[in-house]
Amino acid sequence: MAKIIVVTSGKGGVGKTTTSASFACGLAQRGHKTVVIDFDVGLRNLDLIMGCERRVVYDFVNVIHGEANLRQALIKDKRFDNLYILAASQTRDKDALTQDGVGKVLEELSKEFDFIICDSPAGIEKGAMLAMHFADEALVVTNPEVSSVRDSDRVLGILQSKTKLAMEGKGVKEHLVLTRYSPQRVAQGEMLSVDDVQEILAVELLGVIPESQSVLNSSNAGLPVIAEPSADAGQAYSDVVDRFLGEDKPMRFLSAEKKGLLGRFFGS
Amino acid sequence: MGLLDLFRANEKKSASVAKERLQLIVAHRRAGNMQAPVFLPKLQEDLLQVIRKYVQVSDDAVKIDVERDGDMDVLELNIVVPDNRD
Repeated sequence: MAKIIVVTSGKGGVGKTTTSASFACGLAQRGHKTVVIDFDVGLRNLDLIMGCERRVVYDFVNVIHGEANLRQALIKDKRFDNLYILAASQTRDKDALTQDGVGKVLEELSKEFDFIICDSPAGIEKGAMLAMHFADEALVVTNPEVSSVRDSDRVLGILQSKTKLAMEGKGVKEHLVLTRYSPQRVAQGEMLSVDDVQEILAVELLGVIPESQSVLNSSNAGLPVIAEPSADAGQAYSDVVDRFLGEDKPMRFLSAEKKGLLGRFFGS
Repeated sequence: MGLLDLFRANEKKSASVAKERLQLIVAHRRAGNMQAPVFLPKLQEDLLQVIRKYVQVSDDAVKIDVERDGDMDVLELNIVVPDNRD
């Protein structure tokens, strides 16, 4: 049985797809058979971040509607063994997803994969609700910024009340992934610190991803940033995956000094 | 920290303002969003009936609140009994 993990946030633009791509890639790199599904029907982007946009023939909606089978729609990543992508439809709208349909596809994928990563769209409409519905665990992606933290809190409320596991009286295991973190700004008192956010949301912290040029660079190239071992954000995502798999890794990129050193060299 | 900032040392940093604002919002959301069990009105009604076997109380004598305390939901029950010592 696969473990189903939703990557969610409420707010848009905080790094859900970046996180989904790197997290899935990291699990695959460590030998786990992993599929990452784009739930953002109508506004798909995961394929672009994963660099397989030209290989999408059939998508998630086609499979749900029986127009293609999973084998046809799953895109095998060319660079990483064990990694598969299921793209969202670009032409339909979110109503093309049904709870039954999503459930059946996930059930079928469960037989073959170790991990199923559901990349949620922004908002709390149908696509987002369905991405969360069947989840065993959730990565809540948050920026240290008021609107993102509030939206994350809202999403945590939904995870605790509206998902399948919540309704069965069990809970979805929640993890906080704090992205676009700038230790300098925190030191200057201009940005919520990781402790602040954790205190407000009261969720276990899985990792902190520093604000980094490398994220844009790797999305430009269509390569998950975790596959760039020299990038600070890539290393931070690597730690996230290791911690998720139970390794005890200290948090990195939290203090201004380290970033300041980089900043002196690269002027960032 | 620049020289100007020294003069503004007493001014609250924006991050701590953000934190306070968020803590309020989140506490409010968590209190409001808390799924009050569906049986609450019925329970209130039943309690009222039972109490009335012994004391005559008004319709609003039984107050039920659900509060979250860490991982626990606490059911708080307030029953106002009329003062009949006179």
